[in-house]
Amino acid sequence: MSDSFESAATFPPFAPGTQPDNDWAAYGSTHRRHPQQPALRIPQTVTETTGPRFTSAQLPAIIDLATEGGREAMGERIIVRGRVTDEAGAPVPHAMIEIWQANAAGRYNHARDQHDAPLDPNFKGEGRVFSDAEGWYQFTTVKPGAYPWRNHFNAWRPNHIHFSLFGAGFASRLITQMYFPGDPLLALDPIFRSVPDEAARQRLVAQFDIEITKPEWALGYRFDFVLRGRARTFFEE
Amino acid sequence: MPVATAFQTIGPYWHLIEHPEWADLTRFGASGEHLVLTGRIRDGDGAPVGDGAVELWQASPAASDVFPGWGRAATDAEGRFRFTTIRPGPLPGAGNAQQAPHVALSLFARGILTRLVTRVYFAGDPLNETDPLLSLIEEPARRATLIAHAAGDDAWHIDIRLQGEGETVFLDF
Ligand SMILES: [Fe+2]
Repeated sequence: MSDSFESAATFPPFAPGTQPDNDWAAYGSTHRRHPQQPALRIPQTVTETTGPRFTSAQLPAIIDLATEGGREAMGERIIVRGRVTDEAGAPVPHAMIEIWQANAAGRYNHARDQHDAPLDPNFKGEGRVFSDAEGWYQFTTVKPGAYPWRNHFNAWRPNHIHFSLFGAGFASRLITQMYFPGDPLLALDPIFRSVPDEAARQRLVAQFDIEITKPEWALGYRFDFVLRGRARTFFEE
Repeated sequence: MPVATAFQTIGPYWHLIEHPEWADLTRFGASGEHLVLTGRIRDGDGAPVGDGAVELWQASPAASDVFPGWGRAATDAEGRFRFTTIRPGPLPGAGNAQQAPHVALSLFARGILTRLVTRVYFAGDPLNETDPLLSLIEEPARRATLIAHAAGDDAWHIDIRLQGEGETVFLDF
């Protein structure tokens, strides 16, 4: 499935304010799940600087979530395209990107999702793509619906797609969510609002892109990922 | 300069990308001393975390075509998870230091906005006494939260507490 990715370089710390704090009162599920002791600061070792590698030969790509067994899912078909880079702006090639989302009605194909919205037999909601040599990725899906959750009275999650990425090392692991531009629920969503830095928060919102949009077929959205770490240049050796 | 993308919680429905066989790192036929690592995750009330994703990464033995070095397991209603893997060996640390055999765990769940990272060491390993990371933790009770106990032949168990009494030591790097 993978071989070790040798990366002797250490990863710089996250920029202040650009990551959520697990202690975030507005999101009720954090109350009993966030540690109260400060995390132990440790030097990075081979355990943190190396990580797993995955290939599409071992784990087949699922690049079209909008059809199942040749049948079209219900909803607004969209294309999501973007680039995976590191913090130096260098492409991250062959990164595995896992994707999951609700269907167009705002219902997950998941036993624990009891939202009274229809399931779609032609939509499973799992995807998997790999960035190419220049860091680009793309997939087709349907726009996920908003859905209610019980965090507070009349709480609704904005439309979003979940992502999981693996980069050059254990330290560059990322789990995040992509949002859609102009969504009025963003301002009310404690999960989106957990990112303190305004610019970092806004980078979780995809951009509509007419160049990615395919005539007579699907709207296109651009969404880029930046994984922790910087490519080594020969100057740094 | 670009800034690393912000984390968001994995949420309660991440099982759409779950593949239970990924919890067995020996499934491609890796040779070496097999071990089973079980764990249980509980929250600040002592309640099981039943919707979590646990990822295991180990740099030893080195990943290869038959050994991914990485796996993912879901927690069940009791907060329990289970990996089958190959026993890690010692690893180099900073300078001339040697690290005791260990695996790293990432924890993701509803109510965890980023990720929680910890390590699992193995009780009775003489290298634990001089491990550079364990040596950073002064309180023996805190250090003990990173040490799995033997639970039968080639089986080990670790209790993870997210908050409160017996809170696990989580790592920042
Ligand atoms: Fe969601």
